[in-house]
Amino acid sequence: MLVRTLTELKANEYGIIREILGGASLTNRLGALGIIPGQKITKISSMFSKGPVTVQVNRSQIALGFGMASKILVDVERKSE
Amino acid sequence: MKILLMGNPNVGKSVLFSRLTGVRVLSSNYPGTTVNYTQGFMKVSGETAEVIDVPGTYTLEPTCEAEQVAAEMFPSGDVIVDVVDATNLERNLYLTLQLLEQKKPIVVALNLWDDTKHRGISIDVDKLRDILGVPVIPISARTGQGINELVKSIPDATYPNNLPSSLDERWAAIGNIIDQVQHITHRHHTWYEQLEDASVKPRYGGFIAAVILAASFLSIRYLGESLIDYVFDPIFNNLWTPVLMKLSGVMGGGGFLHDIIVGKLIEGKIHFVESFGLLSSGLYVPFAMVLPYIFAFYFVLGLLEDVGYLPRLAILLDTTMHRLGLHGYAIVPTLLGFGCNVPAVLSTRVLESRRERFIAATLVCIAIPCASAQAMIFGLVGKFGFQYVLIVYLTLFFVWIILGSILNLFLKGLSPELLIEIPPYRLPPWNSIFQKLVMRIRHFLIEAVPIILAAVLVINILFVFGVFDAIARFTAPVITGLLGLPKEAITGIIIGFIRKDAALGMLGLLPLTAKQMVIGSVVLTMFFPCIATFVVLLKELGLKDFFKSSAIMIITSMAVGGILNLIL
Repeated sequence: MLVRTLTELKANEYGIIREILGGASLTNRLGALGIIPGQKITKISSMFSKGPVTVQVNRSQIALGFGMASKILVDVERKSE
Repeated sequence: MKILLMGNPNVGKSVLFSRLTGVRVLSSNYPGTTVNYTQGFMKVSGETAEVIDVPGTYTLEPTCEAEQVAAEMFPSGDVIVDVVDATNLERNLYLTLQLLEQKKPIVVALNLWDDTKHRGISIDVDKLRDILGVPVIPISARTGQGINELVKSIPDATYPNNLPSSLDERWAAIGNIIDQVQHITHRHHTWYEQLEDASVKPRYGGFIAAVILAASFLSIRYLGESLIDYVFDPIFNNLWTPVLMKLSGVMGGGGFLHDIIVGKLIEGKIHFVESFGLLSSGLYVPFAMVLPYIFAFYFVLGLLEDVGYLPRLAILLDTTMHRLGLHGYAIVPTLLGFGCNVPAVLSTRVLESRRERFIAATLVCIAIPCASAQAMIFGLVGKFGFQYVLIVYLTLFFVWIILGSILNLFLKGLSPELLIEIPPYRLPPWNSIFQKLVMRIRHFLIEAVPIILAAVLVINILFVFGVFDAIARFTAPVITGLLGLPKEAITGIIIGFIRKDAALGMLGLLPLTAKQMVIGSVVLTMFFPCIATFVVLLKELGLKDFFKSSAIMIITSMAVGGILNLIL
């Protein structure tokens, strides 16, 4: 098990949200969209130079700013390569 | 009885609203199309009930103006129809639970039911109803399936007891519900799902965006020009000119009334731009110069909106937009502004902070020419050569970038980060694209044509009384000295306050050089919003910020006009 921020994940990698490092307002905003600890999250893409990160949670695709994405910690299963 | 349609953004509330009330409202495939509420009426068990289309929200704790509207509307409802996207039950149930906790009678409408099957989703509706304790009706607002059942269930609306009340509890409850009612069969990615992923990847995404934007621009231009050349010009030249000439003859070929109604004859003929009579330019400008481009623009925009491309463009442009103090989603108001600045300013409500709304609205009013203005720029500047049209657009683009960066530097506060849901691509729903186009064109005809006609009438009368000469003498130092335009150009700039198309038409009356036409068009676009935008801007920004925004417009337009005069 590795802990990564969402920004460190590569495209198509997935993990389980471990923690959201932020105040109640961020937790609530993300929470309303289904981004909550314990939830599976898959990274779809990220833009150049600290651009937004696109993820899949449940059945929705959500784009979030780099700052927000770096506050989301994800448990990633170490893949055997 | 007051019924509120509530739900997450982009679940089809507006489509359902149109179905229930017959009132047509705009709908698109991106979150935030509805930023204000619309009211309509329907019959429920023989009685008239008021129905409100509420802006979409993810939670009752608002994060932007549009969600604020929703949170404020909520207490006024007697019954809530909670519209839920059945293809995304999990996320939608969060708001549903929040609504249920408020102890108001609720019916859940499971919209997009027809989409669930081919997405491999099956939902046990009876079980969901039992768990939630309120009526749950599968519907398809687009096809009309289930609408009767929904209406019949409204009197049964109710609310349950014993509900969770914190974020964690809600999500735990949702997890349970989903386990019991939803079953998803795995299936392979379709080609447009692969396209969905590609369009938000940096390299492919950038390429796709460039192709889509170039194709959009070219098709708007081609479609608009073809309509003018092959439809409207022939109608006016071959059918309308003879009628007007006959009328001119009857009215004696000149004089006060003749010039107002038919317009001045130019070398004994009607000239549809320069004659400037009610029945010549007054009809030609809105119908043959502007309408074709309105049609072309809104057709292409509607296509992009309903396919679901706009949020993806927002992601690609996010980094760039941050330099202007905005985040990527501000591209939505910006693109709407190319049609009309009024809905553009309204749609800044999807942005989170006041600062961002101020920057976005000001930039739209200054640097984004509406379709009416663009049509006239194509028509009047274009006759000198396309390179001059390009200069106008490039100038406005640089103003957008530079002014945005300056505002970002000097306005206090940070620009918030992007957080949006990206809708799935949908194949173009031609029916709804067509309906939307008809709505927008009707809006143009009802709002714009009478104002253009009134403007032409007023301009003619003021001309006769020499009012413009007086103003022209007074403003000559700025107009001639700074901008290098003939002093009569002030009339156009003043009329720009009423409508940009009529104003550019006024510039068309003057014997301007290419350079003067470019400067005139740029200044007219930037100087001041038209009266309709003015009213909305005042309402949305408040008096103080409105004055700030206006001051910025006047100063930048004069500065940019002056610079163009020096360097061109």
